[in-house]
Amino acid sequence: MNLIAPLAKSGFLGPDVNLAIAALIGFGFGFFLERAGFGSAKKLTAQWFGTDWSVFRVMFTGIVVAMIGILALDSLGILPFDSLYLNDTFLLPQTIGGLMMGGGFVIGGYCPGTAFVGLASGKWDALLYILGLCLGVVVAGELWDLIEPIMSIGSMGRVTLFEFFGVSSWLIGAVVIVIAVAGTRFANWFEQRSRGKNV
Amino acid sequence: MSENAPKAKPYWPNLAAGIGLGLVLLTAYFISGRGLGGSGAVARVTAGVMNIAAPEHVRGLSLFSGYFRQGLFDWTDWLIFQTIGVFLGGFVAAVTAGRFAPGVEKGPQVSRRQRFGYSLLGGAIMGIGARIAKGCTSGQGLSGGATLALGSWVFLLGLFVGGFVTAIFFKRLWQ
Repeated sequence: MNLIAPLAKSGFLGPDVNLAIAALIGFGFGFFLERAGFGSAKKLTAQWFGTDWSVFRVMFTGIVVAMIGILALDSLGILPFDSLYLNDTFLLPQTIGGLMMGGGFVIGGYCPGTAFVGLASGKWDALLYILGLCLGVVVAGELWDLIEPIMSIGSMGRVTLFEFFGVSSWLIGAVVIVIAVAGTRFANWFEQRSRGKNV
Repeated sequence: MSENAPKAKPYWPNLAAGIGLGLVLLTAYFISGRGLGGSGAVARVTAGVMNIAAPEHVRGLSLFSGYFRQGLFDWTDWLIFQTIGVFLGGFVAAVTAGRFAPGVEKGPQVSRRQRFGYSLLGGAIMGIGARIAKGCTSGQGLSGGATLALGSWVFLLGLFVGGFVTAIFFKRLWQ
């Protein structure tokens, strides 16, 4: 039986249509980020001071919804997992990069995607943040010979959590749902504690 | 923010916005076989502009070698189109919610100039960090998280640890 998805890979859609769809998908992404309040650096950074856990809740809701869809479509044979682009695993670079992204988020007030929503909301600080991103790319490009030696440390290629632990994808899916639900409960409790009872 | 608060509509509940984001992400995988990204387009456009200014030099930088196709800089990238969409979607959402308001968002204890400096600095740190992690909050966190990529969950852990720890030292910026 022929695969039906991803549509752009199974020949249902040409490359030009795929680019137009990229813009439509981006439109939805930006729209929901704004509706969540993520065009606001204050709202975003409140996550890191524990006063507003919206970043955690929205992000993990998004992860769980997409994950359930992906696992279901894979199980039904409609969208095989192997046909999806999957981030390769590089343990050390992803640890260092993750720490830098968390640190830069607090200092800069946005993350790359939300900065475009901030800019679209009229925020000048978001523009400066995006210029900072560009500066970072220039620095990384110029100094890549110095950075590159760490890039292969902990390189494991294309590997998922369920392959790594040798269990079914749905078991890991269930664990992710438990993490999201438990994290949300903790977040709600922490928010109430740090804001008082007026929420 | 406070002066236009009366006419601005409230934000959506986290659950509603999160479900919307999740469905957009799922659609991206279903149609294009790939997830969302926030930093990839910035990296490519930056490299492209550098390439216009100093083509010989940029060709020698290994970080950008993947942006060339048959010796020419490739601008027809999925993430560039997606990022234009993010801007437009954010704009439409901000305007229709009464939240479009030119201004600067900052903590009460920092000046505008300081805020601009920190924006630039934080952006630069994340610009470098996203190249090292091969993705940002969207590409590694959201997309890699949903596809259960091992390294993306390592990244997510790093992101939250990095954010919470840095916040201890930068309270003055926002509070």
